[in-house]
Amino acid sequence: MSSDVLAVTEHRRGGLRDVSYELVTAGRELADEAGGDLHLAVIGGDVEAFAEDVNRKGVDYVHTVDRGEEFNHDVYVRAVEALHAELDPAVVLMPNSVNGLDYAPAVANALDLPLVTDAVAFEWDGALAATREMYNSKVETTVEVDAEAVAVTIRGGEWPGAEGTGDAEIAPFDVEIDEDALGSRVIGFEEAGGGDVDISEADVLVSVGRGIEEEENIELVQELADALDATLSASRPIVDNGWLPKNRQVGQSGKVVTPKVYLAIGISGAVQHVAGMKGSETIVAINTDSNAPIFDIADYGIVGDLFEVVPALIDEFEG
Amino acid sequence: MMKVLVTVKEVAEVEEDFEIEGTGIADRYLEYDLNEWDDYAVEEAVQIAETGDDIEVVSVTIGPERCEETIRMALAKGVDRAIRVWDDALAETDLLDVAAKTRILRAVVEAEEPDLVFTGVQAGDDSFGATGVSLADAVGFEWAAVVNDLDVDAVLDESVARVHRELEGGVDEVTEVDLPAVLTIQTGINEPRYASLRGIRQAQRKEIAEKHLADLGLDAEAVETDVRLTEMYEPESESDATIFEGSAEETAAQLAQVLREKGVGAE
Ligand SMILES: Cc1cc2nc3c(=O)[nH]c(=O)nc-3n(C[C@H](O)[C@H](O)[C@H](O)COP(=O)(O)OP(=O)(O)OC[C@H]3O[C@@H](n4cnc5c(N)ncnc54)[C@H](O)[C@@H]3O)c2cc1C
Repeated sequence: MSSDVLAVTEHRRGGLRDVSYELVTAGRELADEAGGDLHLAVIGGDVEAFAEDVNRKGVDYVHTVDRGEEFNHDVYVRAVEALHAELDPAVVLMPNSVNGLDYAPAVANALDLPLVTDAVAFEWDGALAATREMYNSKVETTVEVDAEAVAVTIRGGEWPGAEGTGDAEIAPFDVEIDEDALGSRVIGFEEAGGGDVDISEADVLVSVGRGIEEEENIELVQELADALDATLSASRPIVDNGWLPKNRQVGQSGKVVTPKVYLAIGISGAVQHVAGMKGSETIVAINTDSNAPIFDIADYGIVGDLFEVVPALIDEFEG
Repeated sequence: MMKVLVTVKEVAEVEEDFEIEGTGIADRYLEYDLNEWDDYAVEEAVQIAETGDDIEVVSVTIGPERCEETIRMALAKGVDRAIRVWDDALAETDLLDVAAKTRILRAVVEAEEPDLVFTGVQAGDDSFGATGVSLADAVGFEWAAVVNDLDVDAVLDESVARVHRELEGGVDEVTEVDLPAVLTIQTGINEPRYASLRGIRQAQRKEIAEKHLADLGLDAEAVETDVRLTEMYEPESESDATIFEGSAEETAAQLAQVLREKGVGAE
């Protein structure tokens, strides 16, 4: 086995996704600790342009697999397997994105590699030790791997994106894939519907989470939004429950918002929620749990019961 | 005749205040419940079963006796029967290793031969998010991860799973996979029902088969893990938030002042 790192980049609908550059940074870090080279795989899409783009400082080799326009997990698994057979790397690094979750576990199983997902930091000392969160970010853990080779997925936004221009060797890599044997077919994409409001346009968002408990209580936060001349948005469970429409959802699978003021009411601050609102100018959190991760990114906070604080706040603006 | 296998996990939720003991959270601060994502997976399977008379839904869990209460909830919602895998050899592992879980579930899939397997996208406690896709590769099924829409007619009539995969940024990928397949189910795909009183009564009579590793043709080696949890700690707070102190009225007044300074609510 080599001491190399193989990182698999990600693209969608004609563009590399940010996590690709973050994979370069994370991969370089591991390759340095292991004393090996950093290889990147670019699979599908405009591979030549992507390879040039991702050839940032610290990349040693870029392998391009010219197969299809968009992500297909069967193609990704076969390509990574073939690259692994050629390079025998110590680490296969992949993104913990929705597509990453669609092929990384299959890669690990096919190659008989232990898998650690959603790493936020790691160290290499002959074997991997990774930091990851549990229980909705309430605790951090160290996970140690008893093996010389491992597959890892990294959380987006935890490593800075690599910059500069690298002097990597870029070369096409041939993989034999029997198109007829592919059991999955990507047909296309659909945008989630538009609806009545665009929360990403709002200056002030009053955002409600599972702390609101019942559908009938939504009225209370709507009243606050009206008093503040703000727009109402929500975390995912509120939308999953059908209490507010999908176009009100903030987060990874909803909208990314950057209002002047974001009031998070009864929202814990899960990573997929924070991904959609961390760029807000001022963040206010109202939550009974002083340990809730939302306070880590808040500028102002009230540790208290929303059913007491929200009516008092409405009084302040209406009274 | 069609069979849907649903993997379910009982997960621990942590109370607001808690203490860490060793590499875990002290049990007195934990509350156990059916994993949120699995609740949607169960509902999706039961909805398919309701379209015909010869569709069986079986759920499988890996866990100690305590989990039976949670599995009964799935049975009360319409799952036909359940399998609970447990073994002394499992009591000592933290079961973080996807490979070990995959080996157990593969044995169950090979015994049950389902047409469809539903898992949750992730378990709410360790958020590993990998079991379903790993299992699919191990048993040679097709798969789709993070599914928020499934065309049930296509499953029944064409033997394909036509799904939406919920990507980042409000975009769905529309994908078709051949059966047999594993789908990892995302919250919001349906509206999970509450168990009816009748369902709860019927669940008491439904079977929960307990299986040890040997019953599945496995030995202790199958669950030896290469991935170990060696440390757990509370992350240092990165918060530099101004926290308002006092009664609800006092804190609301302080917050209101800050908001007004920022021009909020100004006519
Ligand atoms: C692939 C994937 C994509 C996802 N995409 C998104 C996304 O786009 N957006 C999103 O939001 N989530 C998303 N999630 C879900 C995310 O992981 C969390 O489950 C979700 O954000 C939790 O919502 P919440 O904070 O409202 O609920 P919880 O985490 O349950 O938090 C509720 C909070 O309310 C507080 N609370 C309770 N009662 C009160 C009270 N009386 N007063 C004040 N506070 C109270 C509690 O202390 C707690 O902190 C995604 C998950 C996955 C796996």
